Amino acid sequence: MNSPITDVSRRSLLTGTGALIVSFSLAPSASAQAPAAVPDPTANPLTMKVHGSLSVDPYLDSWIKIDASGSVTIFSGKAELGQGISTALLQVAADELGLPMDRLTLVTADTGRTVNEGYTSGSHSMQDSGTAIRIAAAQMRDLLIASAARQLNVPVCELVVSNGTIATKDGTSVAYGALVGTTDLHVQAQPVSNFREQTALKYMNSSVPRLDIPAKVTGGAAYIQDMRLPGMLHARVVRPPSYKAVLKSLDTAAIEKMPGVVKVVRDGRFLAVVAKREFQAIKAMRALAAAAQWSETASLPDQTNLPAFVQASAAKDYKILDQHKESNPGVTRLEARFTRPYQAHGAIGPSCALAQMDKGVVTVWTHTQGVYPDRAAIAGMLRVPPAQVRCIHVPGSGCYGHNGADDAAGDAALIAVAMPGTPIRLQWMREQEHAWEPFGPAMVTEARAALDSTGKIVDWNYSVWSNTHSMRPGGPGALLAAQHMEKSIAPPPPAPLPLPEGGGDRNALPIYAFPNADVMHHFLPDMPVRVSAMRGLGAYMNVFTIESFMDELAHAAKIDPVAFRLAHLDDPRAIDCVKLAADKFGWDKRAKSANGRGTGFAFARYKNLAAYCAIAMEIEIEAETGAIRILRAVAAVDAGQAVNPDGIRNQIEGAILQSASWTLFENVSFDDTRISSIDWSTYPIMRFNSVPMQVDVHVINRPGTPFLGAGEAGQGPTAAVLANAIADATGQRLRELPLTPAKLKGAFRI
Amino acid sequence: MMKLNVNGADHSIEADPDTPLLYVLRDDLQMNAAKYGCGLGQCGACTVIVDGEAIFSCITPLMLLEGRKVTTLEGLGTIAKPSPIQQAFMEEQAAQCGYCIAGMMMRAQALLDRNPKPTDDDIRQTLQPHLCRCGTHMRILKAVHRAAELMQSAGKAAPKGAI
Repeated sequence: MNSPITDVSRRSLLTGTGALIVSFSLAPSASAQAPAAVPDPTANPLTMKVHGSLSVDPYLDSWIKIDASGSVTIFSGKAELGQGISTALLQVAADELGLPMDRLTLVTADTGRTVNEGYTSGSHSMQDSGTAIRIAAAQMRDLLIASAARQLNVPVCELVVSNGTIATKDGTSVAYGALVGTTDLHVQAQPVSNFREQTALKYMNSSVPRLDIPAKVTGGAAYIQDMRLPGMLHARVVRPPSYKAVLKSLDTAAIEKMPGVVKVVRDGRFLAVVAKREFQAIKAMRALAAAAQWSETASLPDQTNLPAFVQASAAKDYKILDQHKESNPGVTRLEARFTRPYQAHGAIGPSCALAQMDKGVVTVWTHTQGVYPDRAAIAGMLRVPPAQVRCIHVPGSGCYGHNGADDAAGDAALIAVAMPGTPIRLQWMREQEHAWEPFGPAMVTEARAALDSTGKIVDWNYSVWSNTHSMRPGGPGALLAAQHMEKSIAPPPPAPLPLPEGGGDRNALPIYAFPNADVMHHFLPDMPVRVSAMRGLGAYMNVFTIESFMDELAHAAKIDPVAFRLAHLDDPRAIDCVKLAADKFGWDKRAKSANGRGTGFAFARYKNLAAYCAIAMEIEIEAETGAIRILRAVAAVDAGQAVNPDGIRNQIEGAILQSASWTLFENVSFDDTRISSIDWSTYPIMRFNSVPMQVDVHVINRPGTPFLGAGEAGQGPTAAVLANAIADATGQRLRELPLTPAKLKGAFRI
Repeated sequence: MMKLNVNGADHSIEADPDTPLLYVLRDDLQMNAAKYGCGLGQCGACTVIVDGEAIFSCITPLMLLEGRKVTTLEGLGTIAKPSPIQQAFMEEQAAQCGYCIAGMMMRAQALLDRNPKPTDDDIRQTLQPHLCRCGTHMRILKAVHRAAELMQSAGKAAPKGAI
């Protein structure tokens, strides 16, 4: 990697590709030290809250390019994960540009071409990228109209835009493509935009079918796993048997002679094989694994008493709410402890990456959720400047979180560097994904509250114990390959993610109005088990706790759980959301719990600042086995302006199903040394015999209001609504996740 | 050298006889639909149809397939001319990441071929070997019901024997 630095920043790649060359070549040329032309932040008055990612890069042509032929390309730094943003972002752009969607092409998450929008996470894509693209499209359209007005010598108000053509009343017209040569679109966005009237929108507020689905249901090339580069070889890694294992001895001679094997890569305890055919690589991987002799060290906590371990871990304490007002005296007091085990992302397709080193630049195709951070990590691992690495997102198998994607990208890059010129395709095996992905952290929460004589909560005390919820790269030490290589790089020290979004304390602050409330975040820096971001981060556990405990308090106050929640809410949108879910479910007319049947309710606003989600559920528990069957779930969701209502429904339905799987079944298992849940028999997830009989999602559309991320809004409420329905059906309150039949006593047990 | 019939076409395959069908489809024939998920027959992502039966291609070695007919999702239809089940999955928007979907569709197709009017329970039981991580199950069920309807109406429009 000693060749001259080649700058693969997006501006240099784009130079010379169309009518906007002029404005690009006039812009200061980018250097390797300043790859993405990020402007001086003090010169950018735009804010993330109002202008989304334009606060990162305010130039309109960083987001939208129109060439002389009139073809339009939209650039987003966010990635398609199966959540449908590649369709929704184009809906937004097409409406504001006044173009049919099929005239638009979308480029996503590529360090060579798109803005650095960090991670595709936290339900931020529509808020950050959707907002930026909408503003850029509206302002670019207005600049083109102004240009047309000058060219046609008519006032702007006399011009109408249709299908990318700007026309006067008498029919004289000029197309966008004809204007780009004389219109400077390399300009910064202005703080205020002229959005199209809601009534003029053709695509937003409507369920446009997703553009990525046809290829996915006909066997088209839709995933990174489907990429085939000319001359590509197949790689497999051999991971140590446990986190701390040290390689004692390894003789690779026999493996190098195996059919199809081209190379065995060994760098410290990083081991890989490269072969001509995929199955040859797998056979060689098995032989390599059998040949490696390891020395292992017990380093994992006692799984039989995990909550005690969590609460006894050294903690940095953060008081995140300390609020005291005059109130009635408390007359009834409740307290409870809730626990969550480590849980796995468990993508159906193990992580995969392609990499090729060519002329000193390593190009990595990856399903990472953050191409820029992943590039920085890989460059750090390879000890080269970031400009010598380009990361391009290609969709992979979904899970919504930080699974093995980044690690696989690092693995592929390290192997590619050992074989310059050769494209390498690496895919993990099932057991590698299960054993090595970073899990959702084990957590413990404790809640105490006091009710006054009228059944109102007057005092609330809440504590959460948790590791960090993001060990994403970051530094190179976040990558397994970097940790395992000879010159190994240690993971960076963990830090709590700051509020208001938070990490372990995400949604730990109650959304309800309590006169007195204390909330403590016990942040646990030691991570004996590898952890990172899983859909919803701490919100899953905190909402499970708060909404379970709200139910217990309602029960103690002898008040209906929905009425009890409404009595403590003052946000009108929260109230609307709760009422809609209750109404559509028929909460007031629901049957009394009997014969193992029960109903539950739960609500949260994700991060207390994104989408609102309320869920009502009816379940049935089989007396002999304790098996829990979801008869129906009814959800209401308010995600602000609903660009694609069916996309939001799909996300919430999926959240309910996925979170039900976490909540009812999932638990990473280990002994004192090794992770032992390494496939779908040792880590069972929901199968069709546990799928709900019916799920209905009602979207509250609020046109003209900001987009609120919905992708993770359902995780927490689902966990709580299940616990609440189980309590209603059985009279037993389960507070330890997962809520398995074995935890039920009496008749409701095997 | 082994002969393999996939989607009606004969291919000569040079892979080792113990190579699972999955890798022959993906590497030798450059097909995308069948996916590697677990290599253990636990998740269903690799499912294809062999002589009318849904099988896990990740644990079915090439040597067992001489003279048998393999059908993959590519063999059912195309984006331009989708089969009823492909049409149904598009209509119901029955995917999120979609990695599991090809396998689900093949087992559902095998069910519909032997039972054109399955009950909801039939579909759930049939799809039990399949996992989906995005939680798209409700839409998958709807799409299989919809596929049955589409096949029914296509059958009525063009009765057997008609060309």
